[in-house]
Amino acid sequence: MLRYVFRRFLTAIPTLFVIVTISFFLMRVAPGGPFNQEKGLNPVIKANLERVFHLDEPLWKQYLFYLGNLLRGDFGPSYNLPDFTVAEIFANGLKVSIPLGLAALVLALFIGGALGILAALRQNSLVDYLVIAIATAGSTIPTFVIAPLIQLAFALTFTWIWVGGWHDGALSAVIGPVLTLMLPQLAVVARLMRGSMIESLRSHHIRTARALGLSDYSVIIRHALRGALLPIVSYAGPAAAALLTGSIIVETIFSIPGIGRYFVEAALNRDYTLVMGTVVVVALFTIVFNLIVDILYAVVDPRVRYD
Amino acid sequence: MTDAALPTPKAGRSLWADAWNRLKANKAAMVSLYYLVFMAVICIVGPWFTPHQFTTIYQDYTRVPPSLEPYPLPDAVDLAVKDAVKRSRLDLAGWEEKDSKVFITITSAKPIDERVTRYIDRSDVFEHAAIAEKSADGLKMTISADIERKYFFFGTDNTGRDLLTRTLIAGRVSLAIGLLAGLVAVVIGVLYGATAGFAGGKTDEVMMRVVDILYSLPFIFFVIMLVVFFGRNFVLMFLAVGAVLWLDMARIVRGQALSIKRQEYVQAAEALGVSQSGILLRHVVPNLLGPVVIYMTLLVPQVIILESFLSFLGLGVQEPMSSWGVLISQGAKNIPGANWLLIFPSIFLTSTLFALNFIGDGLRDALDPKDR
Repeated sequence: MLRYVFRRFLTAIPTLFVIVTISFFLMRVAPGGPFNQEKGLNPVIKANLERVFHLDEPLWKQYLFYLGNLLRGDFGPSYNLPDFTVAEIFANGLKVSIPLGLAALVLALFIGGALGILAALRQNSLVDYLVIAIATAGSTIPTFVIAPLIQLAFALTFTWIWVGGWHDGALSAVIGPVLTLMLPQLAVVARLMRGSMIESLRSHHIRTARALGLSDYSVIIRHALRGALLPIVSYAGPAAAALLTGSIIVETIFSIPGIGRYFVEAALNRDYTLVMGTVVVVALFTIVFNLIVDILYAVVDPRVRYD
Repeated sequence: MTDAALPTPKAGRSLWADAWNRLKANKAAMVSLYYLVFMAVICIVGPWFTPHQFTTIYQDYTRVPPSLEPYPLPDAVDLAVKDAVKRSRLDLAGWEEKDSKVFITITSAKPIDERVTRYIDRSDVFEHAAIAEKSADGLKMTISADIERKYFFFGTDNTGRDLLTRTLIAGRVSLAIGLLAGLVAVVIGVLYGATAGFAGGKTDEVMMRVVDILYSLPFIFFVIMLVVFFGRNFVLMFLAVGAVLWLDMARIVRGQALSIKRQEYVQAAEALGVSQSGILLRHVVPNLLGPVVIYMTLLVPQVIILESFLSFLGLGVQEPMSSWGVLISQGAKNIPGANWLLIFPSIFLTSTLFALNFIGDGLRDALDPKDR
């Protein structure tokens, strides 16, 4: 198993390399530069700034320079937020984004999973239709509609929660964002769980288990659920990567200091190092979570072996 | 023997006629289809019939709530009269309302200039201001003006523009982008995927690696890069959005093309010496249409969401043009005082997305040959 994990990390390196290379050059080909926005910037100052950040050198040199720094774990300074290095920005932002995303993910998996199982057990009943309705609504209504509606209902009409702000992670401040992040994921999880559970319940080994007189709990949780978990696990990987790296929409609407907003801000400001940082961080999260998914596969499904 | 002696062949049921019959039996999909047509029609035709232009600004009606009653509301006339007279720096002696006309009596220490009616006309509430009566010394004057009744069924926005008209105009934009960008994505995806799947071997491998790499780039980064490249241009937005969403299509089509390639009718065509491009266009692509149609109906809502998302971030459609995403983002910023700015566009967008999803699901059921 350890060898497999090691090998997977090795194969991830070329992928990461390609991603870094493409985004580096794509970013540079785009018109404009980090110091072009400020109107009337003295040309001498601009030239000096560009020299400090090595922006006056040929592109391939800059690329090698960046790659070298990256290998040493140095993401470089941010051009537009000069008081911070990119690493510091991420350290601060991830402190907010990871707990939020994690809470949303765990809730979505448990609630969505439970709803899916419930719907599968009572197929074509009222409960089933209700779950389908929730799943359809959750996956159809976009987050940028859900988020302000939550604000309107819970923060402004009932004043139960904060309209926005982080407030050091106070419960009344995080409910809105977590709910917004959770609902679309919950919808997908419930739908996937319902589908795979129905299939799993129809399989022969479940019929056998029932024929043997096992309790409902044992049949459903120990046998049927295990077989039905695979699609959920493979969905949860990319979903986790996306959730933990923050959401622009949620962070903008609820004014939360996560890292999601830097995706847009940095690209628009041509803050090259910050953009590259976001790309690398997202890629790393994706790779790590895909790996976790593959390992979980082996745990859930004993037929999967990695040696 | 004549031809007439032959029994006329029974008309076969084509796949599409069959699918259409199955779709017709699906209530949710049919209702959605009618709803979508209705939505498209009111968005296209509606703005010509609403009493306002989507760019007209009514300064006296900023952020007025939606109402079936015409504006000005009864007590608002008083305010409007006082406001207009105040601007003219004259003294208001009194006013009265008679069958949707107002008679404003003003006085002044100095003789009143007759051009004072302009101050009354300038208000959005009154029109056709004229001097009804003037005292001999010119110190007192009565001005008559029609009260202009305006309907704002959806209320107005921060700058005083009619939200109903703007929502319909926004619908045009959102639906058009959804359809066109969806089409762009489908065309690129089908051609790319069919070529890769049909060519096979090394070509296929290289082409699909390219797709894999594009896939692993953060999606938002990719979109924003395209927007940065193309500028905030309305037409190029279609291309940018379409160019991002073709990846799934390419994968689906490639998989289908791989299986179609091994079908006997393709082998027969090859044996008959039909050219590669001929086989691709005549045999492979038509047989791909089922999954493509299904995917496209599911793609259109994705495109609309993506466009709204970009507009929400201020990267998409620019003022005074508008899309549902633009309106919702403005609404989200104004919920404390003017929640209708959020609610109406949200209802339009969400219901359209629901309809599209139901149609997509219905088509999937209708076109899935396993169901037969």
